[in-house]
Amino acid sequence: MAQLSYRDAVARGIAQEMRRDERVVVVGEDIAGAGGVFKTTVGLLDEFGPKRVIDTPISEQAILGAATGAAMTGLRPVAEIMFSDFFAVCWDIVVNQIAKTRYMTAGQVTMPLVIKTGNGGGLRFGAQHSQSIENWAMAIPGLKVVTPSTAEDVIGLMAAAIRDDDPVIFCEHKGLYAAKGEVPDGEIVDTLGTARIRRPGHDATILALGMMVPRALAAAEDLATRGIDAEVIDVRSLVPLDTRTILDSVARTGRLFTVEENPQLLGWGAEIASLVADEAFWDLDGPVQRITTPHIPLPSADSLEDLVMPSAESVARTVEKALQS
Amino acid sequence: MRLPLAEHRYGEHGVVLPPERSDSNDALGIDLDTRRQLYRSMREMRTFEKRAYDLFMKQLVKGTSHLSLGMEAIAAGFGAAMREDDYTFATYRGHAHTLARGVPMTPVLAELLGRANGLMGGKGGSMHLTSVEHGMMGSYAIIGAHLTIANGAAWSAQYRGSGQVAVCFFGDGTTNIGAFHEALNYAAVYRLPVVFVCENNLYMEYTSIRDITAVAHPAADRASAYGLESIVVDGNDADAVHLAALEALDRARSGLGPSLVEALTYRHGGHSRADPGKYRPTGEVDAWKAYDPLTIYRERLGRLGVSEAELDAMDATALALVDAATEGAIAGELPSPESAFTDVWADGGWSWRN
Ligand SMILES: Cc1ncc(C[n+]2csc(CCOP(=O)(O)OP(=O)(O)O)c2C)c(N)n1
Ligand SMILES: [Mg+2]
Repeated sequence: MAQLSYRDAVARGIAQEMRRDERVVVVGEDIAGAGGVFKTTVGLLDEFGPKRVIDTPISEQAILGAATGAAMTGLRPVAEIMFSDFFAVCWDIVVNQIAKTRYMTAGQVTMPLVIKTGNGGGLRFGAQHSQSIENWAMAIPGLKVVTPSTAEDVIGLMAAAIRDDDPVIFCEHKGLYAAKGEVPDGEIVDTLGTARIRRPGHDATILALGMMVPRALAAAEDLATRGIDAEVIDVRSLVPLDTRTILDSVARTGRLFTVEENPQLLGWGAEIASLVADEAFWDLDGPVQRITTPHIPLPSADSLEDLVMPSAESVARTVEKALQS
Repeated sequence: MRLPLAEHRYGEHGVVLPPERSDSNDALGIDLDTRRQLYRSMREMRTFEKRAYDLFMKQLVKGTSHLSLGMEAIAAGFGAAMREDDYTFATYRGHAHTLARGVPMTPVLAELLGRANGLMGGKGGSMHLTSVEHGMMGSYAIIGAHLTIANGAAWSAQYRGSGQVAVCFFGDGTTNIGAFHEALNYAAVYRLPVVFVCENNLYMEYTSIRDITAVAHPAADRASAYGLESIVVDGNDADAVHLAALEALDRARSGLGPSLVEALTYRHGGHSRADPGKYRPTGEVDAWKAYDPLTIYRERLGRLGVSEAELDAMDATALALVDAATEGAIAGELPSPESAFTDVWADGGWSWRN
């Protein structure tokens, strides 16, 4: 066991896989020499050399296009899109090429690639560098979407993503990069499509993702002091989705809350609310409630950004009010 | 496959040195009043950016920010050449370009501090400075986008017959994204009144432009592909920039279409707040710091008869402006919570349902 930061866990996860499989290569802007602008690829160039760890021009379409072609022909690339907001400039490659190729070719082509990206807000970077884009990617059949919240999960899910034969959008929360967690020694390999119960509880189920997980946990601790025992589930993987863990929890608690860092419209929580309405309606003791950002782009001023992002306080307040009514 | 990092270690790439210092540009046909204005403008930018940096260190500026320290001659040279109603499109590295259009310092600094009296009330931040009334049509943080948008402003100016020109600033690294190439061809095809200015500071973020670009001059060497003249100017010499700006603006205004100007320069610090800029060879940093646009211009003005006392007075005025702006920004209130919920729609609101 050792303490490891979330950002160092990214490099450790990639290095673990590069050691066992020389088909794994890493490409992106400033990722080799500089070790990434978020320092998530530090050490990879030194260990694996410039043939496997490659700095690119600012050419997102060309980066992902090359990763696609390489994945089609025997490599297992990990490509970085520095900020997830930049997916917008290479969305064709992601949506029309990467996601659909296997299906359109009736399975002739396999697309084992990972696109890792710095995602999410809270750093006062303003509207073009703070978005949470999981829901953009979830909407496209053919893409898997993962967002870890702990250092250990970063390693295990990165390994699982690299070993997976399908394309995975791997969202690293920028606001968690500095966070440290206990990580076991040795190889770590996790499973896509599995959620984790981070805190068991009886009174309500709170689902959260990425940086919202520590906030939901803090809210649960706060609620516990007022006699409300909330279960917190870290969704981790949106596609595939661990519906079993979620539905079982709702069956036990009877109440469901989602804590999402995206605007309300078409957020991942909407899909889960719809699923619960379909499959667990009679388990519910009250309406599903979603805690999201408002329908606005994220402002840059710290006071405004804090105001519009779900916080431990706003989560606790919402849950308490709902359970009391 | 060619692998730049197999050819040299990271940070040990070939050094690109500034031009030799010379007094030959003293003789350029720019009157002394304009030159005083150029110096004043550069000094204001320099003092402002240094203050912005200090305020980061004091944790008063949050988030990130990209300074133009060392690159002031380009913003000043163009700023002084533009017509009042011309349009500026800048990048996240846009503080100097905003000041160049006459936007007062206090709201700019207050925006960096996330205050209610900021240029956009704290909603945009350092990377998105915009002041439409000054022709500052925005600072754009997704590489490449604003070249295509500047084309639209130029199109509109042409359509309205207003004689306005759109000037679009971007970096060397930006020449490698598709939008750069699309925008240049588009502007050339429709002969749009737009001036593209590549501020070539030799680096994208942490990577040497030469390691990831097929040609030595990232903008100028691509110009011929779009039927444009290949133009490289000394981006640290405000006079050289100013004359290039006048020529390109004139060309655009007289219906001859776009220009692509590559201005060679250097940033004194790192890419952004988080970056100490250690990947640059020492000899290179020192040489460019010695070729500081303010130092060389101050010396030129001295040779042309402007007294030290007058130059010192201009410096003092710039400092007083920045001091006042600092006070005004720090005294600014935090934005009202309600302001987060305005301006999503043209009706002022944010609601998507009844
Ligand atoms: C589409 C896109 N890709 C990557 C980035 C991240 N990024 C921000 S600035 C920058 C470097 C830009 O270099 P250059 O064009 O030379 O401008 P400079 O910062 O040197 O002025 C990069 C890669 C971005 N903002 N947008
Ligand atoms: Mg540059």
